[in-house]
Amino acid sequence: MFRVFTWLADRLTFGVLGLDAATRSGSAVHFFIEDVTKIFALLVTVIFVMGLFRSALSPTRVRTYLEGRSRWAAYFMAVGLGAVTPFCSCSSVPLFIGFVEAGIPLGATMAFLIASPMINEVAVALLLTLLGWKLTALYVATGLVVGVLGGALIDGLGLERWVEDYVWKIRVGAAPTATGHRSMRARAVFAWGEVSEIVGRIWMYVLLGVGLGAALHGFVPEDFFARWAGAGNPLAVPLAVVAGVPMYANATGIVPVAEALLGKGVPVGTVLALMMSVVALSLPEMIILRKVLKARMLGVFAGYLALAFVTVGYLFNAIWL
Amino acid sequence: MKAIKVLGSGCRSCELTARLVEEEARALGVDVSVEKVTDMAEIMAYGVLSTPGVVVDGQVVHAGGVPRHETVRDWLTAS
Repeated sequence: MFRVFTWLADRLTFGVLGLDAATRSGSAVHFFIEDVTKIFALLVTVIFVMGLFRSALSPTRVRTYLEGRSRWAAYFMAVGLGAVTPFCSCSSVPLFIGFVEAGIPLGATMAFLIASPMINEVAVALLLTLLGWKLTALYVATGLVVGVLGGALIDGLGLERWVEDYVWKIRVGAAPTATGHRSMRARAVFAWGEVSEIVGRIWMYVLLGVGLGAALHGFVPEDFFARWAGAGNPLAVPLAVVAGVPMYANATGIVPVAEALLGKGVPVGTVLALMMSVVALSLPEMIILRKVLKARMLGVFAGYLALAFVTVGYLFNAIWL
Repeated sequence: MKAIKVLGSGCRSCELTARLVEEEARALGVDVSVEKVTDMAEIMAYGVLSTPGVVVDGQVVHAGGVPRHETVRDWLTAS
């Protein structure tokens, strides 16, 4: 099914551009063309199909599902719903206040905020195509566990006192009733709107990610990463997590980079740690959340995620292969 | 005149939404006042969980994502 993209990249790189497959630039350009065409074809398809089904699922709806659940049920539902609900990080603050005000445990709210950017249909589709189903399952399962445990930890420590005081005083108005998209035609229009909105927002990250992946693929010597970030270097995992913080990309941009790193012999755990850190531990997200969380709480949040990702890295480096 | 409020913390999508409403209003020749609301307490008072949200004459008509051109036109032409 994906062979058509390899064929296309062969024709364009070696035929039209006349590059040699054995050269670095030939290899990089081939990687770039193949991944870019594959990713965009996939993005459009997946976002459209998901759009058809979820025109009804919104954060407001999620809040209704979570209200009044027991703690652990709320954590699991929060990460599950976080994975399938469309949500942009610029909405973190209103979403946070709306959830907390509705009496949803702080931990469940944070679990939602951890899982939502990390796991989404775009990331899953890309992982499946580029890295295979095993790594995809691993990534999703780990993301869900990190979210659930994070929520439990925050409630266990009783961190409500580190939420900015004004949050508890805000009165949330009645939620507006969601407009339904009932007819198939209306759903298709909605889904197409999703495609142009999401692709319009992330296409640059995709190009950057694939460009970086292509450069790694073509120009970095085969043994470079194996020597510096291979299984022999115990500091590679924490370094991968630290390196991920200033890099702000969504899952779409980082997957091609991960593909190239794995191809260069970087161990699975190290690559997973880097991916999760890039996607879930980002400075802009922290700055946005600072509006509702005190600095100490952000410290615990970031510290927990960093520790969790390092653990994930070591764990999978140890058990994989 | 229609009083339109765009609710959002100043993210890109919120800017786009405000600009879209202004452009459509100008194109249709509808008299509007567009106000960007960034105060979180006020945004929450409308019950909007995902931004940008749009309020037309005190009524929440949209939440989450940049609205479509046709949708904006519907708000502006509805009496």
